Amino acid sequence: MLSQAPHLRPPSSLPARRSALPRPLLYLLLIAVGIAFALPLVWMASTSIKPESQALSGSVGLLPRLTAAAGQAPLSRTDPDYWRALAAQVRSNYTAVIDSDIADFHLYVRNSLLVALLSVTGMTVSSAIVAYGLARIRWRGSGLVFALVVGTMMIPFTVIMAPQFLLFRSLGWIGSLAPLWVPAWFGGGFSIFLLRQFYMNIPRELDEAARLDGCSHAGVFRHIILPLSLPALAVVALLQFVVSWNDFTGPLVFINHPSQYTVSIGLQMYQTAHGGTPWNLVMVASLLVITPVLLVFALAHRAFVRGAALDGLKE
Amino acid sequence: MTPARRNILSGLLWTSPFLIGFAVFLLAPLCMSLYVSFTNYSLLEPPVSVGLDNYEAMAHDPLFWKSVRNTAIYAAACAMFGMTVSVLVAVLLEQRLRGSALVRALVFLPTLIPVVSASIGWMWLYNAQHGLFNAVLGLAGIRGPDWLGDARTAMLSLVLMSAWMVGSYVVICTAALRGVPAALYEAADLDGMGPLARFRNITLPMISPALAFNAVMSIIWGLQVFAVPLIMTRGGPDNATTVLSMYIYSAAFSYGRMGYASALGWFQLLATMVLAAAAWLVLKRFVHERGA
Repeated sequence: MLSQAPHLRPPSSLPARRSALPRPLLYLLLIAVGIAFALPLVWMASTSIKPESQALSGSVGLLPRLTAAAGQAPLSRTDPDYWRALAAQVRSNYTAVIDSDIADFHLYVRNSLLVALLSVTGMTVSSAIVAYGLARIRWRGSGLVFALVVGTMMIPFTVIMAPQFLLFRSLGWIGSLAPLWVPAWFGGGFSIFLLRQFYMNIPRELDEAARLDGCSHAGVFRHIILPLSLPALAVVALLQFVVSWNDFTGPLVFINHPSQYTVSIGLQMYQTAHGGTPWNLVMVASLLVITPVLLVFALAHRAFVRGAALDGLKE
Repeated sequence: MTPARRNILSGLLWTSPFLIGFAVFLLAPLCMSLYVSFTNYSLLEPPVSVGLDNYEAMAHDPLFWKSVRNTAIYAAACAMFGMTVSVLVAVLLEQRLRGSALVRALVFLPTLIPVVSASIGWMWLYNAQHGLFNAVLGLAGIRGPDWLGDARTAMLSLVLMSAWMVGSYVVICTAALRGVPAALYEAADLDGMGPLARFRNITLPMISPALAFNAVMSIIWGLQVFAVPLIMTRGGPDNATTVLSMYIYSAAFSYGRMGYASALGWFQLLATMVLAAAAWLVLKRFVHERGA
């Protein structure tokens, strides 16, 4: 049962305890875990700055070996020329992808940003309204609606993708970006759930006093609940940005023309069009798609962890 | 109008965005899918009613059974492997070691990475000739397998990758670990309980609700897996990684068999619900009930 705001208690409140393992071994394990989880990204970044021949050489070095001119001995890493050559290599790899002939990443980014902007706005606004109806109005049937909200999180997308496609086709939305953002304007199970839990913790005396003074539900929502729930709204918006930016299945099913490709589907097309051979460039493209999410995570990583913790406290 | 009735009206009004969206984008498609599952529908011509034919065809479709088997293996392996990894990592991160905060962020990060990028990155690690894994094995003088290209290792490779995406389970475990009352540990120390006994007799029972929740979520997630095998193996080699969702997708959109795809979809929905409920009931028996 969730009865308190899900702030993780800081670890310093734990008493120091004997461990089953000696500290040095624990540090070794910690480093191993860190490396294991970072490795795929680090290796992608490393491949993305290598010339193609180096990427395919099977060498396990993080930095490429570079020569000043073909046939010469490799430059030493202490030589400033090495770093100049590396910068040129990085620039050439990244521009090759950004200005690629087979994929228009400028367009995909624009499409993804548009979809993300519209779905973040819609999801945040509607989920806030619905959550108010579930958390702050006492009415018969709210329990049933809440059960539906939680239930929607369990429905596999594959069950509804075919009929949803038929629905969107009959609405004339296939051939536009609408299927990717319009549904967000009706709220989403997880966002509503998260905001409802947050609203439940706001003292009821606040809005009951306002209600007695003749304030309407809309007034209570605007002047009491919204200002107090900005952090929770930010979590919902950030999560929705990531969900929308990362969505692959939606565009796969509902988008059928390259002019509407989002980054995920554009990246997959780019990778398969190449047959995967210039792995260095494929890694560049993959990293470019990751970058916005990394930025958001760097800026707001606490908010994400809080959202994930909340997810677990619902039993 | 009575206040109770007025409240019902307000409640319906405030929740109407969800209710309308639910009816239009979920309930209607679900009902339509149920109807279509009793028809032959190729998208080009109107549906023709065929009764239970699609459900009967499922029973005699070897590829359907193979996809069910693959999905079950994947979900079970991911749940067990993922639970083990996430508990161990969560406990390690709670040992008050310097640098834990950084490692915690690194563990959580993969859950946010776009699935296409993550899958492509792992395809590159698994690459038979030039991939990092086989390069490292090669240094040790071992000839690495063709991870994704060999029917014997493809599923294993996907399960290994899934353990990299346990970040949210680790967060949930962490919250549970921090919720264990310190008094219990103090009592255990007074009793002279060793670290392993303490873990078994206090930590595990106290975090068992979180573990049960994680396990159920992990099973649901595993049963619905779609994008990762679609991108990394396309179900191959030799359908060794064709999972149910992928089979539904290709029935609907590659072969235009909407009726059959809908029947498969309903099978998946019911199977997910039954298995999630069953897992919950079974796990509940092992969950330590917290006193008031």
